[in-house]
Amino acid sequence: MSSPLTVTVNGAPIVVPSGATVAVAMVIAGKACRVSVGGEPRGPLCGMGICFECRVAINGQPHRPGCQILCEQGMDVRTDE
Amino acid sequence: MSRRMRQRFEVLVVGGGPAGIAAAVRAAEAGRRVGIVDDNATLGGQIWRGESEAGSEASRWTERLRSSGASLLRGRIFYQPEPCVLLAEADDLVQELSYEKLILATGARERFLPFPGWTLPNVMGAGGLQAMVKCGLPMQGKRVVVAGTGPLLLAVAAYLSQHGAEIEMICEQASWTSLAWFSVALLAQPSKIFQGFQLKKELVGIKFSPNSWPVAASGRTTVESVTISRRGKLETIPCDYLACGFHLVPNIEVPVVLGCEIQDGCARVDDLQRTSVAEVFCAGEPTGIGGVELSLIEGEIAGLAAAGRIAEASSLFGKREKLRLFAKRLDRTFRLRSELTNLPQPETIVCRCEDVRYSHLRDHISWRAAKLQTRCGMGACQGRVCGPATQFLFKWNPDSVRPPIFPARIESLAGLTGDSKQELCETTGGR
Amino acid sequence: MSHATYDVVVVGAGIVGAACADEFSRRGMRVAVVDCEMVGSGATATGMGHIVAMDDSNAQFALTRYSQQLWQTLRPELPEDVEYDQCGTIWVAADEEEMIEVLRKRDYYGQREVPTEVLDSRTLLRLEPNLRPGLAGGLLVMEDAVLYPPCAAHFLMERAQKRGATFHLGQPVADAGQGRVRMRDGSEISAGIIVNAAGAGAGHLTPGVEIKKRKGHLVITDRYAGFLRHQLVELGYLKSAHSISSDSVAFNVQPRRTGQILIGSSRQYGADHHEVDSGILARMLQRACEYLPGLAQMSAIRTWTGFRAATPDKLPFIGPWPVDKSLFLATGHEGLGITTSLATARILVDQITGTKPEIPIEPYLPSRVAKEHAHV
Repeated sequence: MSSPLTVTVNGAPIVVPSGATVAVAMVIAGKACRVSVGGEPRGPLCGMGICFECRVAINGQPHRPGCQILCEQGMDVRTDE
Repeated sequence: MSRRMRQRFEVLVVGGGPAGIAAAVRAAEAGRRVGIVDDNATLGGQIWRGESEAGSEASRWTERLRSSGASLLRGRIFYQPEPCVLLAEADDLVQELSYEKLILATGARERFLPFPGWTLPNVMGAGGLQAMVKCGLPMQGKRVVVAGTGPLLLAVAAYLSQHGAEIEMICEQASWTSLAWFSVALLAQPSKIFQGFQLKKELVGIKFSPNSWPVAASGRTTVESVTISRRGKLETIPCDYLACGFHLVPNIEVPVVLGCEIQDGCARVDDLQRTSVAEVFCAGEPTGIGGVELSLIEGEIAGLAAAGRIAEASSLFGKREKLRLFAKRLDRTFRLRSELTNLPQPETIVCRCEDVRYSHLRDHISWRAAKLQTRCGMGACQGRVCGPATQFLFKWNPDSVRPPIFPARIESLAGLTGDSKQELCETTGGR
Repeated sequence: MSHATYDVVVVGAGIVGAACADEFSRRGMRVAVVDCEMVGSGATATGMGHIVAMDDSNAQFALTRYSQQLWQTLRPELPEDVEYDQCGTIWVAADEEEMIEVLRKRDYYGQREVPTEVLDSRTLLRLEPNLRPGLAGGLLVMEDAVLYPPCAAHFLMERAQKRGATFHLGQPVADAGQGRVRMRDGSEISAGIIVNAAGAGAGHLTPGVEIKKRKGHLVITDRYAGFLRHQLVELGYLKSAHSISSDSVAFNVQPRRTGQILIGSSRQYGADHHEVDSGILARMLQRACEYLPGLAQMSAIRTWTGFRAATPDKLPFIGPWPVDKSLFLATGHEGLGITTSLATARILVDQITGTKPEIPIEPYLPSRVAKEHAHV
């Protein structure tokens, strides 16, 4: 097992186990991934790239499926906040 | 700009779960040039994801795949620009995959039913939460209610419990009567149709309640409690997570786009797992929900048949037949009870992408009418979540699938040239 | 519904049929609308939904501008889901040659009291920072708008319904004319006036009406609020989109109220199937990315195709069909059906009720092309 990683979620550092997806990092951080069309906070639902509820901006790219992308050291994750 | 690559295969397998792995293994071992493409970070599909225990069935098959000579590709199939070519998108890569034979092993997803509060963060699918834990979400000391229907609930509860979660209750909508056969099968079945069957020792001490289903989840920013209808009475259970799925729905979007005939929501196949489209085979959940063992057998048959090993493929028919009978009974056992159509309140969101509420949907005559007037199903999930829900709630038939099969970058679609005279490994600029 | 009697039966519940139902019922006539599918499910569902003043010809300008003004009058009554957004159109000039066209257009619109503003290269980039640098400029037509057509059609139909109009949806029509509409199931609806508002299917319904299907492709993205503020159209559009003979693509994008970007456009004749043509799609998107490079990385959620009802002279058919006294046409709007639906209904009902139309109607009369058929 390799050592934990640090990513930033809206600028705040979050430590995650290696092999964690971005969606997992969001849940660990206690942050909603996106704000829905009607203004509700949303988090991961399907965990397998189907529902797109865990879309976040990763390293400046919006609408990335968080549950299908592994965390990398120093990754910058941003939500709709 | 993304790179563009072109690869040719005699047999291309879409989906890296048990069916896809078995298909790729058998076709590659028969000497065919095989590619297997999956969109997740690791192979194994939802069921085998993250399983690396030596000697397990998953690791045996994965090992066999690695030594079979099949190429493992990461990417998400999103478009068919011309016959016998599929495009797959990965991080900065578009792969143009051409094939002589195609095996679709696209698996299944959970069925979600809307009820008040189901959109709160930390309300996830049962398989959804399990997938998150497999990807590193800590469960130690977390209180979890597992609810919905299907054998997956047991597997998930056992898995979460193994990882330190406190399972407050498993709420199964099916009645004791319909479960009676299932529990007998659970004890008697020597092999494991589903992963969960072998985990029943982990389930000891967990409250399992049939005739129960969630009617509401509540909480401020994330779920804090769930209200359960249990044998006709309401009961509120505090929790950190609600893991809730109502059995499975076959992923048939790729077969639909390729023009394969669909029957009762599944791709229709013949004995050799051939679809109605000449060079296209289908195996596993998209032909009907049946679990790991049936998926493996179907995958093997499809792989052998695609490689022209008809006799070998035929020798597996008998085994498949038994498993199919079991799958049929499973289907009956976990049929959704009609009371569940009353779960949504008028203001309950049904389409999560576009926030379309139940009250705005119920008066429409069809999926298409609702789509056009309310945007239901027009969001990023392309109706994969609300489609099956409205099918159950309103008996609508979600209409044809529109490309791209999954959301894809504009550049990936724009790079299409429509002609097939490209170089074998063409790079169109970029890094 | 067999033998039911109405003043008017409108065949087609697209935006044009809906506008006709609305207008007939407003004038106190008893209206029935029949459609083989549902409200707004044909070109109304597949088109872009712009409300634009266009200057291909004086007749086209007169109809589009009149109709745009009718939409502006209607605007306060439109429900939220119609998403009427007066975002304006910018005609983008790539080079100095196209800037000459900008000035010509400004003069044309100016003489007809359509407010516009000429944009130099810098102002263009200030208004639309995501356009590629180095474009020559453009013309902003402020009163142009976009809306969501299926809900607009629904709104018009519902208003007609409140005045007593009846709908017969999901009913394929076998034939229409001679004072009656016969359904494929054998039932009939009779009326003194039959309106063929069947869009691309109008020629099939009334043999002799010269309508060709002109196929188009569209792509919609995920939500990217703020990326785009105006509808953008390349001035090269005039060169490419209007060539009658060959397939063409042009840069035309719209910001939707949802933050999504709707990307067009393509035009093809002789393509009858609904499938997305990967070659055309690629060309169309490449063109869009040339103007808006940031589009390339955006996520496309859906692509689809639709069929415009095209006439030989690019003007719609609005008025009596000379070979059948009971039959009137309201079709052939090509890419401008959403814009011109309200004016179409107005001048059609004016003709029928003997009211003086507000614009000259001669350019749109079906008799202009039906003469040879009248002798047959």
